Amino acid sequence: MPKDFLQDVRSHYDAIVIGSGLGGLTAANVLAREGRSVLLLEQHYKLGGLATWFKRPGGHIFDISLHGFPQGMVKSCRRYWTSEIADSIVQLHGVRFDNPMFSLTTSFDRKDFTRLLIDRFGIEPAKVEEFFNTARGMNFYDDQSMTTGQLFEKYFPGRGDVVRLLMEPITYANGSTLEDPAITYGIVFSNFMSKGVFTFEGGTDHLVKSMEKEMRRNGVDIRINCDVERILVERGVVRGVELAGKKITADAVISNSNLRSTIFSLTGAEYFDPAFIDEAKAVRLNNSSTQVYMALKEGDEIDRNTGDLLFCSTAPEFRTDLLLSRDITSRTFSFYYPDIRPDGKQRYLIVSSTNAHYDDWNRLSPEEYEASKRDLIETTLESLEQYVPNCRERIAHIEAATPRTFEHYTKHVSGASFGTKFEGLAVSRTLPEQVRGLYHAGSCGIIMSGWLGTMNYGVIVANDVLNYLNTQVPAPTPAVLN
Amino acid sequence: MTPEEIRQAIIEILEDIAPDEDLSNLNDAVSFREQMELDSMDFLDIVMELRKRYRVQVPEEDYVQLASMDSTVTYLVPKMGQVPA
Repeated sequence: MPKDFLQDVRSHYDAIVIGSGLGGLTAANVLAREGRSVLLLEQHYKLGGLATWFKRPGGHIFDISLHGFPQGMVKSCRRYWTSEIADSIVQLHGVRFDNPMFSLTTSFDRKDFTRLLIDRFGIEPAKVEEFFNTARGMNFYDDQSMTTGQLFEKYFPGRGDVVRLLMEPITYANGSTLEDPAITYGIVFSNFMSKGVFTFEGGTDHLVKSMEKEMRRNGVDIRINCDVERILVERGVVRGVELAGKKITADAVISNSNLRSTIFSLTGAEYFDPAFIDEAKAVRLNNSSTQVYMALKEGDEIDRNTGDLLFCSTAPEFRTDLLLSRDITSRTFSFYYPDIRPDGKQRYLIVSSTNAHYDDWNRLSPEEYEASKRDLIETTLESLEQYVPNCRERIAHIEAATPRTFEHYTKHVSGASFGTKFEGLAVSRTLPEQVRGLYHAGSCGIIMSGWLGTMNYGVIVANDVLNYLNTQVPAPTPAVLN
Repeated sequence: MTPEEIRQAIIEILEDIAPDEDLSNLNDAVSFREQMELDSMDFLDIVMELRKRYRVQVPEEDYVQLASMDSTVTYLVPKMGQVPA
């Protein structure tokens, strides 16, 4: 008999969280910490969503999305998780750019970018200051009519090289483009620029396991291999979820699934106003990705000066269509040195990431698909050769992931690896106005994406849910009043 | 709670949220953001702490009322006046 992953599950919870990406995990933890009963359902056999990892023979552990996040993660991990998790966050020092316009290494913070823009790119100091202040002053509710491209044109007209320096890393961080609202750029760029780029010492496996431990301590009922089939709605109010022939009720349901799946697959368009459905249909998904995972043979090493993150491109200029093209000219290499897992085996790994269109990969025949994957691996090695000489002979393991791989593991529509475009945020936020008690806390709107964005969005939504639950059922007595 | 006790409650929350800030010279009439390094998540944390400690609900549209100490206390008096200190 197959294992019953819902064994001893309760019939009712204050809240059910569907999906265990960083947003779902954090929402579940915040709710449980406030004394609410929480059931967390994850369709995969591992928690973490795209914050994940996989192991290969030879002691290799590959991180999928641990490339670098803003310093704000320290504060968020300390407040919404544990100080142990927050204390494991360390800064990355070597961020490199290499393209036909410029080659440089930076600590990727405001101070160093100011220096580069003035000394290297010849921009007036006052202009640089004004640009940083404008970006930092942006709020998500500000005017959205200006695009990121227009913002750059205003401050650095005709300076494609400056645009590339400022934009390329953000495009890799959250899939945004020059055509997206300038505020999405300003908010995310300023988050990074405040102190630089950080990573998690111990790797994604250690992070997610620490989070699981903390959730159990706070009483979250965690279930893996549990694929929710339906969100149950009655007379405009959420009632719970259905899966594996079971109905489990809850006062609130938080979906950490893709926004479109939440509305159209899990709930059903018939439960929403037609006008809302039109809005939801118009939400554009962000792009997907391809990745190539490479591990060096045991005993071999990569020079530390190679850097932690390398934005490399052979494209003569920076253009959105070039970044997404199947004819890959731009890649981000993440180099993982043994210090990322101080207790692990001494291994050097490289992950190459490229933004990609799902349709470019989905329309291929099985033979074409396999050939394309081999081509992706070949061209990646060709590109890596100039940074890691003789890499072909030095690599012990190599494999590729495509938008179809992302779709398979996350069940995200079209393998979307950065949620939705900006308009998705308003749809996500107004979901509870359509179905009372139903919330979405997944990657959306560009700004609620990436490690910090999704984690903070989980907190924002958990706060809404706590307010809602307080109006539904007697809240637990706060300790201070005891 | 009296307005003075509400003020003290806010100070205690701020001390937890921004432990590196010196609050002894806080100007109650001037916005928090001009005097301290607070971001939007910090304001959300103030709201969450108010609910946790005093069971006060602050809806999102009222977050603007939390701009300065004076405006925060004025806003919270009707909500926290009945809360025992």
